Amino acid sequence: MARHVVATVDEIPPGARKRVEVEGRGIAVFNIGGAYFAIADRCPHEGASLCDGRLTALVEASEPGRYVLSRRGELVRCPWHGWEFDIRTGRSWCDPKRLKVRSYETSVEVGGAEATELQAETFPVSVEARFVVVEA
Amino acid sequence: MDDTDRPAPLSRFAGGVDCDLHPAVPGMDVLLPYLDDYWREMVAVRALDRLNLSLTSYPKGAPITCRPDWRPADGSWPGASLEAMRRHVLDYYRPGLGILNPLYGGTLMHSEDMAAALCRATNDWIRDAWLNRDPRLRASIVIPVHNTALAVEEIERCAEDPRFIQVLMLVSGEVTLGRRQLWPIYAAAERLGLAVGVHAGSAYRSAPTSVGWPSYFVEDYISQSAAFEQQLQSLIAEGVFAKFPGLRIVMIESGLTWLSGYIWRADKTWKGVRAEVPWVTRLPSAILRDHVRFTVQPVDDADAAKGIGRLVEHLGSDELFLFSTDYPHWQYEGDDALPPDLPEALLRKIVHDNPLATYPRLLKPATAAAEMPA
Ligand code: FES
Repeated sequence: MARHVVATVDEIPPGARKRVEVEGRGIAVFNIGGAYFAIADRCPHEGASLCDGRLTALVEASEPGRYVLSRRGELVRCPWHGWEFDIRTGRSWCDPKRLKVRSYETSVEVGGAEATELQAETFPVSVEARFVVVEA
Repeated sequence: MDDTDRPAPLSRFAGGVDCDLHPAVPGMDVLLPYLDDYWREMVAVRALDRLNLSLTSYPKGAPITCRPDWRPADGSWPGASLEAMRRHVLDYYRPGLGILNPLYGGTLMHSEDMAAALCRATNDWIRDAWLNRDPRLRASIVIPVHNTALAVEEIERCAEDPRFIQVLMLVSGEVTLGRRQLWPIYAAAERLGLAVGVHAGSAYRSAPTSVGWPSYFVEDYISQSAAFEQQLQSLIAEGVFAKFPGLRIVMIESGLTWLSGYIWRADKTWKGVRAEVPWVTRLPSAILRDHVRFTVQPVDDADAAKGIGRLVEHLGSDELFLFSTDYPHWQYEGDDALPPDLPEALLRKIVHDNPLATYPRLLKPATAAAEMPA
């Protein structure tokens, strides 16, 4: 497990997402209300890129015809067959115990001595900017 | 072969529950005593007694309507005689209990009041002419299904007699079975401990195939299983089982083997579109296991034992299937009301345990009396 600088915070504003490669693995990084979450960018069903999926709320019902919405934008629907995944945990809605995508720890680091030590593969790490770091 | 030459009664069905017997209303005359003055007058004035109110799905002369060796020699209605039913089924297979599902046009009338009057009369006639004459019999309540309020009234009236154990509907009525306008029927059934039986047959308010009107009986007959599939999906998608967690639906004469393909598609598709029906919070197959049962005549498989076995495996349950002879319909030959090579444990479930678990009213006091040796 190593820490990787994958983006500047400006690149992924709230509600946005970015697909990054870390040591050959595709990872989808999402910003939900200022917090960053990273999940494997490969749907466990048939492998679609979850990064291309639509963000959605958690849709529930107290009974038929009574819709209850919560957690807006915190789930992603797979673009291929619509399975929903919780961006915070990687768990699917349908079968959360058995069907999930790997989720990774993230953090935000300010450029400087510590951040520059982290080898960003794709761009230079400047001293002023803040960076999204994924542990993968 | 004459009925009396038959081999000794078959022990494998003895003491079980035959979940699908069809007593026939032989004609309007038997219902007259149960109609009120107005409707008795109308039967005479409007010559309603000349109407053939049998269901189009089971024409009297169609081979499927009656097994040849059960067909009455005098041309009367197959299933109209309790004596014949005793000879062919009750005293022959010796089930402890048999459930009567009257298939009669009363339930389908366009006039809601006429439907209610005929259903009421049919239920009363069934009680007097069948239930009161044989302690082994139980019955389904026929209802004016196209008027929910009248249907609920009739359910509540009949349910006072514990020998009525199920509400009967046809698979194709005016609306899909999941629609909320029908919910009071399900609420009443759940509250009163009645199962809801869905039987093959159509009110012909819409084409019996989903692609248009057929030309031939064979098309109508074969399409029934598609209707069951669509209704099962409707019941699940509309949230009937979410709303009525105690409800049991029994699909009668559905053909069965369509279930395998259906449940695979239903489970798979739900995962992607479940937000459309968020009250469906579990796989359709899990909902089905908790709420839906099936009678096992007919089984659409050349090898019925294998067919049933595959379904048990695929659906992950041996509790879904119920013994039925479907008397007098012609679904099997000889004594093979169930395939002879069905594993013993499964046979026991289908013939004894599953029906008792499906119909809570079978365990009510009237049952104890019925199980006494005749
Ligand atoms: S590939 Fe994601 S739902 Fe099928």
